[in-house]
Amino acid sequence: MQQRTPIEEQIDLPFIESLRISFQSLKIRFGRSIITTAGITLGIAFLVSVWTNNEIGVALQESGRQSTINTFEETTEQGISTKDIWLIVMSLIVCVVGIANSMLMAVTERFREIGTMKCLGALDGFVVRLFLLESGFQGFSGALIGALIGTLGAVLLGLKDYGLDLFFYFPLLPAQPENGPMQLGVIIVILLGCILGMILAVIGSSFPAWRAAKLPPAEAMRTEV
Amino acid sequence: MNDIVVKTEDVVKEYRMGSNILRALDGINIEIERGEYISLMGPSGSGKSTLFNMIGALDRPTEGQVYIDGQNMSQLSQRQIAAFRCHRVGYIFQSYNLLHVRSAHGNVTLPMIFAGISEKERNQKAEKLLDMVGLGDRMYHLPDELSGGQRQRVAIARALANDPSIVLADEPTANLDTITGREIIDLIKRLNTEQGVTVISATHDLKMLDVSDRIVDIRDGLVERIRNRDEIEIEVGEVGGEGE
Ligand SMILES: Nc1ncnc2c1ncn2[C@@H]1O[C@H](COP(=O)(O)OP(=O)(O)OP(=O)(O)O)[C@@H](O)[C@H]1O
Ligand SMILES: [Mg+2]
Repeated sequence: MQQRTPIEEQIDLPFIESLRISFQSLKIRFGRSIITTAGITLGIAFLVSVWTNNEIGVALQESGRQSTINTFEETTEQGISTKDIWLIVMSLIVCVVGIANSMLMAVTERFREIGTMKCLGALDGFVVRLFLLESGFQGFSGALIGALIGTLGAVLLGLKDYGLDLFFYFPLLPAQPENGPMQLGVIIVILLGCILGMILAVIGSSFPAWRAAKLPPAEAMRTEV
Repeated sequence: MNDIVVKTEDVVKEYRMGSNILRALDGINIEIERGEYISLMGPSGSGKSTLFNMIGALDRPTEGQVYIDGQNMSQLSQRQIAAFRCHRVGYIFQSYNLLHVRSAHGNVTLPMIFAGISEKERNQKAEKLLDMVGLGDRMYHLPDELSGGQRQRVAIARALANDPSIVLADEPTANLDTITGREIIDLIKRLNTEQGVTVISATHDLKMLDVSDRIVDIRDGLVERIRNRDEIEIEVGEVGGEGE
């Protein structure tokens, strides 16, 4: 038993311990993790499907094939309808708000856990790192699944609109048509979707976790959800 | 000269709620000696938990100083406070506060992980502690799979993980039935007598009176009186006598 010795400085945990703790935590609250991850999946699926759908539309217009639906629509000079831009912006907002919200809820219900860990000697930085790891993993896996689902959805829609022509002109890779807008291509869209989902999940979780970690443990443990 | 572990100097804690200021502690001065068993008693809302939080460095006083082992707590860095919570104090709460994602064993090892103790050593220690509190056969159960009394035992084992010199217990028996509560009190008392751990416990529970060395009565954020063992024994005797 230490007595009268000056109080030492708390040590940092090795990264591997943080990793183990965060994975165990994800595993045990698997059901809850799935629900939070599903929030990310949905947001990204929506965004990627709208975006991919747009890429497909532009690519097939470039190729001269018109969608039977798009023929009557007002299109901008570059070939993207204002409605599509509107849709992409909306889906982006839905995605940001949805993911931030599901991460915030997931952290808020763990304030007590954060306070308890601090009672046991956790540093603020450890708490933040734990949430960073957990949400980074959730964000990436949720967003990847979402991006794939979204792409699949857009492909099915494209098949309905353009038939098998879709596969001849499928905008898989980035392209720069001579008199059109830069096309990102579906692969880049999927990639961007994954990165966005992960960043949103990490910010949405570590920011409230950081705020909770800054609270005195007594206050963090008082919160009842 | 006595060995003072905990000393509070005019500790004031105010809570601000909108424009209202609530003075939960109104200038508390107490000194607690090493190895003592202290009970903080007082009606609900008198400030026991608030004082508990101040002594355990779980919150900062608005005014006044808390000294632990002669160290002024307000002068410690964040890292020192974390180390203090990790090594010097074991906390026991009314609502157990176990991490529900970790087994009994996982809860007991966590403070040792924070202390940087090797895996082998912390597993041995956790097994020893869980055995001691009578949970040798329930080590890998999650808290949700344990009864209230068993959860509180896990919390006690966890509180002892890094051999603290002080155990702080905030109404550790409030959620338990009389018999289980008695067992928990006996367990805490045993730590006090056998291992010389200083115990500071907030309680409403009269069963805690006869194991305490001193009782600090708190009322409206002030120390109303401090009774020590001989006075307590007389009163407990009287209570017992009335029943005959
Ligand atoms: N975080 C807080 N914010 C506002 N007021 C608080 C806070 N914590 C405690 N209080 C108030 O401070 C006073 C003292 O509360 P405390 O929890 O210390 O009482 P207690 O003696 O532990 O009571 P009990 O026996 O019911 O646990 C109460 O009036 C309570 O409402
Ligand atoms: Mg209380």
